[in-house]
Amino acid sequence: MIKTMNLSKSFGELNVLKNISTTIEQGEVVAVIGPSGSGKSTFLRCINLLENPSSGHIWINDKEITGPKVNKLQVRKNIGMVFQHFHLFPHMTVLENVTYAPMKVKHIKKELAEKIAKELLQRVGLNDKVDAYPSRLSGGQKQRVAIARALAMDPEIMLFDEPTSALDPEMVKEVLDVMKYLATTGMTMVVVTHEMNFAKEVADRIIFMDDGKIMEEGEPQEFFTHPKTKRASDFLAKVL
Amino acid sequence: MNLDFSQIVPSIPFILEGIGATLKFVSVSILFGLLLGTILALCKISNKKWFKWPADIYTSIFRGTPLILQLMIIHYAIPQLFLYDIPVFLSAVLAFGLNSAAYVSEIIRAGIMAVDKGQVEAAEALGVPYPSMMVNIILPQALKNILPAMMNEFITLTKESALVSTIGYMDLMRRAEIVGAQLYRNFEPLLFAGIIYWVMIFILTNIGSWVERRMRQSD
Repeated sequence: MIKTMNLSKSFGELNVLKNISTTIEQGEVVAVIGPSGSGKSTFLRCINLLENPSSGHIWINDKEITGPKVNKLQVRKNIGMVFQHFHLFPHMTVLENVTYAPMKVKHIKKELAEKIAKELLQRVGLNDKVDAYPSRLSGGQKQRVAIARALAMDPEIMLFDEPTSALDPEMVKEVLDVMKYLATTGMTMVVVTHEMNFAKEVADRIIFMDDGKIMEEGEPQEFFTHPKTKRASDFLAKVL
Repeated sequence: MNLDFSQIVPSIPFILEGIGATLKFVSVSILFGLLLGTILALCKISNKKWFKWPADIYTSIFRGTPLILQLMIIHYAIPQLFLYDIPVFLSAVLAFGLNSAAYVSEIIRAGIMAVDKGQVEAAEALGVPYPSMMVNIILPQALKNILPAMMNEFITLTKESALVSTIGYMDLMRRAEIVGAQLYRNFEPLLFAGIIYWVMIFILTNIGSWVERRMRQSD
């Protein structure tokens, strides 16, 4: 469970997040949408402390992670993240990419880490690319490896930061399919996305952000058919 | 044209011994410079002032003054203060190592900065501790950016090593000079030493290109 209260973040004079308070339940799939520059990614990056919040509080499973004596690495072990630009380790093979963190951070033995990695790669449909280097993969394949890499740490929460925005159109589906599957397993997922169909079909709840604030949140059906705010309806008119 | 290479033939073994002397102090200086340079580079990319400032000042001093001056200070001026008769080998290694560290630290710093910021974030998001991230993820990638410039630094250092002849270290250069003075013929021994320097650099350059090629294999 993720809970935020009055979460704010500013870069110098620029207030990117303004008093975000929300709760994401265990097993919930939340799609965060909104125009670019609305603070969606910053919100996501605060949850695993890639950004330090300027003020406010975040709790993960009732444990506050915004205190002064928090071990960031400990927090992040439990939260997987998938980036827009994949960020695979280019000097490692696909298998090494997936096994590195479990071996280094959780001290899992090599044989076991490789067994887990191969299972995950099978699940994302890449069991034939185990020994390839990332430079040999397509964008969609890279992103599926990145998802497997995050899952290898066996996290309770997965954060997705525009996972399909850097992909060619024909590769979007293969990544979304993996994410859909993940949603059915009961994973807690927070997805910043521009894929409205994905948000509509898969998300349990939509958070609509604009200007650093949560303007509206609710069930996808309700939100997409009857947005309550003018900003949301303007936004939907442009993207749908 | 007054050229007679047969005259230096008896002195060739004497000059050749200088290769060992040159290589010995150059390789020790390179290792020393690499080690100190890496530490300085890590200080420079740190966001803690107390690490960054001393490293920046160090670089500024050693890049901002002539190498021969640094050599002279270490060999002649410091003994005056501490009444310690410093051996030429130690002076040579100290001067070249300390000087090289300043350049090496800049090369490594630039190489690390050129690695995609996303790599750091990916490692952080996986909970990888800083030392492991540096050793396993950032430095191996930085190495590719670093290597060509580093090769250049090693080549420069090997050539500039001839400066140690001024403090009496019996390197290749010094030996060629001595032979020249004995025979009253300078062209032949100096040309001979020049060819040896060129061959050493040629070999070094080729080792460099070979390593570079091998490192591109993951592309």
